[in-house]
Amino acid sequence: MRTTKERRPAIEGWFTSGDGGVRLLGTRCASCGTPYFPRNELACRNPRCTGPKDGSELEPHTLSARGRIWSYADARYRPPPPYVSPDPFVPYAVAAVELEAERMVVLGQVAPGHTVDDLAVGMEVELTEGTLYEDGEAEYTVWMWRPVR
Amino acid sequence: MSRDVAVLGAGMHPWGKWGRGFVEYGLAAARAALADAGIAWPDVQYVAGAGTIRNGYPGFIAGATFAQALGWSGARVSSSYAACASGAQAIGSARAQILAGLCDVALVVGADAAPKGFFRPVGGDRPDDPDWLRFRLLGATNPLYFALYARRRMAVHGATPDDFAAVKVKNARHGLANPNARYRKEVTPADVRESAVVADPLRLLDICATSDGGAALVLTSMDFARRHGVTDPVRVSALSTVTPTFPKTVLDLPDFATDSALTAAEPGRPFRSAIADAAYEEAGIGPDDLSLAEVYDLSTALELDWYEDIGLCEPGGAEELLRSGATALGGRIPVNPSGGLASFGEAIPAQAIAQLCELTWQLRGQAGGRQVEDARTGIAVTQGLFGHGSAVIAIR
Repeated sequence: MRTTKERRPAIEGWFTSGDGGVRLLGTRCASCGTPYFPRNELACRNPRCTGPKDGSELEPHTLSARGRIWSYADARYRPPPPYVSPDPFVPYAVAAVELEAERMVVLGQVAPGHTVDDLAVGMEVELTEGTLYEDGEAEYTVWMWRPVR
Repeated sequence: MSRDVAVLGAGMHPWGKWGRGFVEYGLAAARAALADAGIAWPDVQYVAGAGTIRNGYPGFIAGATFAQALGWSGARVSSSYAACASGAQAIGSARAQILAGLCDVALVVGADAAPKGFFRPVGGDRPDDPDWLRFRLLGATNPLYFALYARRRMAVHGATPDDFAAVKVKNARHGLANPNARYRKEVTPADVRESAVVADPLRLLDICATSDGGAALVLTSMDFARRHGVTDPVRVSALSTVTPTFPKTVLDLPDFATDSALTAAEPGRPFRSAIADAAYEEAGIGPDDLSLAEVYDLSTALELDWYEDIGLCEPGGAEELLRSGATALGGRIPVNPSGGLASFGEAIPAQAIAQLCELTWQLRGQAGGRQVEDARTGIAVTQGLFGHGSAVIAIR
């Protein structure tokens, strides 16, 4: 009988997958409003921001869960470590997705089962959580994009 | 006051996969550049090395590594690392010393011994390093980023895989006549079309390889060049290593995301265009003054982006410019007459130095079978990860 492995995020603090669905965790400058992903906790990087720029202006911020594909590509060959690849290697797609509210582009793998043939520039996609790799103990998950059904 | 420095000597070790150490390639290139200049090593006052991060400590302090290999002479030294723009920063360092009057004769050297296959982050677990994380969390190799740019170009400007293949065919033809190129073989559109897809939409022959190689330059003050009997040297008239302007809205290696354009106006020029524009302004020339250009064709598709970024045509005009034959040897503005990265593969710290070697030979009329007729002015551009890039303008 196959036991269900524990699911752990492959990285802490970059995304959440609670009841509100999968969301990217970034920060936002309380002074000028600039959002950041991944989290920027050092200082707001907008040169024209008049905030204190000591990190105190940066607060946790959850980014939009949907966007439109800016571009996409795939990987047909096994990347080098530290990518943890199953054996045999399984190709995967990556999408660069434009978030309208944040006016930024965020990369993510595309959920398994979708190839570049299923994608198009301008297509609406949403966040999901997928397994990046696994070991004897757990499945390690990451945020992924998938076409909006 | 003139802000020109003279290029008295240029030298290279051929690109390839030679399986030897980077110091050997740099040393061979340095000796060739010194011989070309007619300068003895002990007369060099300043050595600027371009660093490599894949060859241990000697690579980090490349300037001293090459100075020791040539025989300690008391010359002052610097080492620069700036990803693909490392060579340009080393040239910039030597140029600044000369223009400040701190030295008259400088040697610039860059060399690399590259691993097989994909570039990878340097070793060890470093979960705070974006270059480590993009491999770990995304599997985003360099070609994958190049493929994102290529797909974007197809969607926005109507580029086709045939256009990308035509860039490779052109550059391979140029490289045939370059004894320092690694690949010296005609390539047909079918060769590109039938090569394996690495990162859709890019195929193996769309993507530049990783190579071993070395390049060196002897730079001097204009006064020294005259005293040395060279009255009409090739001159470096501008060198730009500008950083991006916030918000940087074009996705760049190794980023997970662009800057947000929500709260600050996007810069008037995207990053690559700003790199070239700063050099044009410094030289007091424009794209119409160019005889040739060496651009950083990490992929075939990226060469088309560069046409627009350096002002050879308007955004969206690159495919038409390519199809017209203007960027081939014999055309109005040959691009990558050296054969480009398509024919060389990338030896990172040597690449920007090799580009200026090519401009030098072209402007001297010494480029043999790849000579651009009546070449007077050239630009060479690079872009590297972490916000690096360079543009160098040479005139004669």
